[in-house]
Amino acid sequence: MKKPEFKKEIRLSGSGGQGLITAGIILARAAVLDKAIVTQTQSYGPESRGGASRADVIISNTEFYFPEATHFDILLTLTQEAYDKYSENLKDDGILIADNTYVKTITLQYSEIYELPFTEIAAEKLKSSLPANILALAFLVRKTKIVSESSLKKAIKSFIKPRYVDLNLKALKLGFKLADEYESDL
Amino acid sequence: MAKKEIKKNHQEMTLMQGNEAIARGALTAGLNFYAGYPITPSTEIAEILSAELPKRGGVFIQMEDEIAGISAVIGASLAGAKAMTATSGPGFSLMLEGIGFAKMAETPCVVVNVMRGGPSTGLPTSPSQSDIMQSRWGNHGDAPAIVLYPNSVKESFELTIRAINLAEKYRTCVVLLTDEVLAHMREMVELPDFKNIRIIDRIKPTIPPEWYRHYDENPKYRTPLASYGEGYRFHVTGLAHDLYGFPTNKADEIEIMMKRLRKKITHHIKDLVQIESFRMEDATTAIFAAGITSRAAKAAVKLARKSGKRVGLLRPLTIWPFPDEAVRKLLGSKKTVIVPELNQGQLSLEVKRVLGGIWNYENRKTRKIIEVRKTNGELITPVEILNAIKEVK
Repeated sequence: MKKPEFKKEIRLSGSGGQGLITAGIILARAAVLDKAIVTQTQSYGPESRGGASRADVIISNTEFYFPEATHFDILLTLTQEAYDKYSENLKDDGILIADNTYVKTITLQYSEIYELPFTEIAAEKLKSSLPANILALAFLVRKTKIVSESSLKKAIKSFIKPRYVDLNLKALKLGFKLADEYESDL
Repeated sequence: MAKKEIKKNHQEMTLMQGNEAIARGALTAGLNFYAGYPITPSTEIAEILSAELPKRGGVFIQMEDEIAGISAVIGASLAGAKAMTATSGPGFSLMLEGIGFAKMAETPCVVVNVMRGGPSTGLPTSPSQSDIMQSRWGNHGDAPAIVLYPNSVKESFELTIRAINLAEKYRTCVVLLTDEVLAHMREMVELPDFKNIRIIDRIKPTIPPEWYRHYDENPKYRTPLASYGEGYRFHVTGLAHDLYGFPTNKADEIEIMMKRLRKKITHHIKDLVQIESFRMEDATTAIFAAGITSRAAKAAVKLARKSGKRVGLLRPLTIWPFPDEAVRKLLGSKKTVIVPELNQGQLSLEVKRVLGGIWNYENRKTRKIIEVRKTNGELITPVEILNAIKEVK
């Protein structure tokens, strides 16, 4: 029997400097550890901070050709601009995760939606808004199971600079906790 | 989730960026000199080589600009190094002076051009395929070009090795084109067994120095090449030159030189031209696409086939010399040809040249060439190509 084809398109979007490409690389590395077929692409402006920025990760069990995400199974938006630009290409059964520190207006009705102020939470509980990307990524992974959590942890350890690993592992733990609590809130 | 069903020796797979694959490929091919000036989206190539070359006894120099970069590369090659530089459109424009010189002086070197949106400084962080013609016709004067264009991270590794091999083999400047998306994307790569990779070095003269002629005639147009410092004396100039490399105005000597520049490419077309043919056997519609766009095309072929449309893809890995024979035979037998590209119609112009000639009219079946063009900094998507396929009756 042929196993069913599995292909998930994930877009992580926001503004330059929010660590979205870093999050994309970590997610892709985690998927490689899970033995999936992966591509990770990105789009950003010429400036190093500000401007629209996004990272796409496609995770599949069969060979595919086009490397950019066109219709998303999972969309993470860390800014209103990113939400406005990309939400229309979220699949009907797709999952939206939005940082409502910045995303104030959500018009989508049919998808699974999670809203949390990741940037605020990071600034308050981790004393730095820098790991908001990992916080959101950890939340995303626990909610969607798109990669295994042990692979995600390994990918963070191997990719993040040593002196920031502890901070990001704290963000990872907190992100998982937020995901569990989010469910119990409902 | 995706598990276990892929490949057994999966642990050898690594997630690699396109630019990193180019740097790794160059090192595998024996690169020992890099000079250049960093420019988005090619910078990672320079970054990696600046760290790796010194460890292996090689040289990395960041020059003051791209003209100096290509000049240093040519100088290093004349002294025996396998030399390369990398840039993007704006820097490639500056390097054309040196590229023409390297072709004229028959000095092996490789220039990587990671294409971004243009003209001018254009779109530094967006993909484009607008240097296809520039890589062929950019330098002044009439000399053929060897230009390769991969479509994956793995192929970026392989074609970099091939570019350096061909430069050494044919004593010329070889251009490797890629684009911003290909250069920055990460995908899984299983690097080939290094024992099975063929590395070509330049042919060294075996005759005594006093008999040596730097541009000697050779039946296969592959003249042995001495390096400075090996005891062989020769002269190098951008002026038309005789067999020793000294300037000449004599028509018969110029004739020999120009013939060699041309023939060393045209005599070896089979060695130089590489194509990929995908689902072409029973196709009635063919897509002709290169580089990153060919991946959208391949996805479109898959989608079209699902709805019963017989579509195939012909992809050139060698852009120049243009694969005339494959285009004539494989595309000329299809009713409709679709050419998607991230420019204003550079590849399609060549397809029309090959298919459109009166000499071919009787034999070819192609009745329609559909162009899909995009120059807004975004990729052509599979659906956009699919829409073009749907137009076909």
